[in-house]
Amino acid sequence: MDTASENKNQDFLARYAPVTGTSVIQHLEQLAAPLKGARVVHVNSTREGGGVAEILQKLIPLKKALGIETSWEVINGSPDFYECTKSFHNALQGMGRKVSDDLLKAYEQTNADCAERLRGVLEEADFVFIHDPQPAALLSHFPNRRGKWIWRCHIDASHPFRSVWKYLRPWLASYDASIFSLPEFAQPLPHAQYIVAPSIDPLSEKNRHLPTAEIEAVYAKFGLDPARPLVLQVSRYDRFKDPLGVIQAYLLAAKLTPLQLVLAGGGASDDPEGQEVLQEVQRAAEGHPDIHVLMLPSDAHRTINALQRASDIVIQKSIREGFGLTVTEGMWKGKPVIGGDTGGIRLQVFNHYTGFLVRTPEGAALRMRYLLHRARLRREMGERARQFVMDNFLITRHLREYLTLLVGLQGGCEERVVVG
Amino acid sequence: MASTTPDIYPFEVKDCALITLSTGTKVQNLKEFRDALEKVPLPSIDHHFWGRLLRPQFDEPEYNNDFASWAYHGLHDKPLAERLSMTLPTDFDSLEALRLELVDTVEQRLDESEMIPWAKADQQFHFLHSQIVVFDTGLRFDDPKDLTAYLPSLSTGCIFYHFIDARRRTEQRCDDFSAWLSGFGDRYQSLRERLCGFDPYFSSLDEIRTQIANLFQAFFEEQS
Repeated sequence: MDTASENKNQDFLARYAPVTGTSVIQHLEQLAAPLKGARVVHVNSTREGGGVAEILQKLIPLKKALGIETSWEVINGSPDFYECTKSFHNALQGMGRKVSDDLLKAYEQTNADCAERLRGVLEEADFVFIHDPQPAALLSHFPNRRGKWIWRCHIDASHPFRSVWKYLRPWLASYDASIFSLPEFAQPLPHAQYIVAPSIDPLSEKNRHLPTAEIEAVYAKFGLDPARPLVLQVSRYDRFKDPLGVIQAYLLAAKLTPLQLVLAGGGASDDPEGQEVLQEVQRAAEGHPDIHVLMLPSDAHRTINALQRASDIVIQKSIREGFGLTVTEGMWKGKPVIGGDTGGIRLQVFNHYTGFLVRTPEGAALRMRYLLHRARLRREMGERARQFVMDNFLITRHLREYLTLLVGLQGGCEERVVVG
Repeated sequence: MASTTPDIYPFEVKDCALITLSTGTKVQNLKEFRDALEKVPLPSIDHHFWGRLLRPQFDEPEYNNDFASWAYHGLHDKPLAERLSMTLPTDFDSLEALRLELVDTVEQRLDESEMIPWAKADQQFHFLHSQIVVFDTGLRFDDPKDLTAYLPSLSTGCIFYHFIDARRRTEQRCDDFSAWLSGFGDRYQSLRERLCGFDPYFSSLDEIRTQIANLFQAFFEEQS
């Protein structure tokens, strides 16, 4: 690497020091030293939309800044491929529906085609991260791979639909390691299973500080009333995010408390069900002028940031959730969060401290009313929530754990690895 | 007693990073818990005494290890939680001896129980373990007074390595700071005693760092 590139990388890392402290950056640099020059490739199925793409957009430049040669490859397939992988996604989250042989054939064919396209880069890589089930079958096409392959599961796979898990397991068993977001999600596999929670980037467009005028501009832009409380759910239009349950909760709470609801979502290119769910949500919101259903483009990060900052309560009433980055984002903006009592949301939302965990629309309505009547409590919860994210869910912690994992794998999975 | 052969060496500041792994073993009732305690790898037993320092947690830790916490929050068995929380790893010569003590405590509770306590399906206990990567920061201190000024800026990884990990890594089963100070004979005896008297079980790594820095600073202020 030339001096100019090195300086640029140093500058990129140094931008995080005012948020995390200098010692965190030094720690990352020392930890990354044994990995300098290593070739790391990440593979997933979309560059935009959804939490995985967002994390990779930030993790990859950070790894590069630490001297690790990191690249990102995306696999693309036919509509049958995406239908199949969406079924996998739903099945891993417990939705029991068989996947037809034709769709499985499309899945295997797409992986075989992509393996040929990516053969050079993947065969020579020192470490390959395969994200979620979409590219999971790639490994079988690389008998001569030289590096370690890691399967990263971002999904709540605690209770997978068994017939789909039985199909996927042989593809996954050959990996050198897997990563799950929570211990509860780990499944019996014959290799090391690491536990790494996701993270947010405090400097991204979606999470950085915004001028007040930009926050206030969202009221006019979306026809919101600044004088009335605002409850916001940001997520893809996906049944597991329970947008219909959020509308039900709003209708219950709005009988007694004046408020507005914004459902802000976008599509992901690997999610064929999104449009159908959006239409269901639009139908449910019909005739309720204070329910705002927004379909935002995948790059509307600043708009989402402003909406989160303008809201009084952030809600994420998922019934299954791998982690819930929108929860983390809301907490980072100092908002109390009403979250579904599931998956990674439990790792972030603590009753009466950072928000409330709920299981029903009624529970969500109750907590909306409770919080909207207590402005001071909302502020206190929000402050605790922001500090909790600062301590636990920033991208620097995520990066540290990935680096630890890579050094650990280099060290042969020993319990204690001493470097330098 | 005055030391006759001081063994003075520079304090080498090391840092570490840890990552959590699943053992694949999970349990839902007290009998399964007893059986798993007998079988899980020893590093998992160790992890559940210190792993909370690495994990996101918000509330004040009511119990000082994961076993006690699960006994209370998962099984709702307060007597067992209280007994498990008073089991201290440093009281045992080896992790195997610690394991036997835990099994014994659970056995006793099973004997006392008319029914086997169960946790809800989503409150199972997951046995975990951790991998530690240790690296040298290159920092060296010959004089404890010089280290004092640097302590508040040490990373939490350094604190974990020298104050927590040292207890399982070293023969003396004490922290690295105390072990280093002992090389100076009786000169820092009082500081060593204060360090040994600090109970880290209910603190975060940030709090432990602050407390160690305060102990060093107070000692040298008294000396001046």
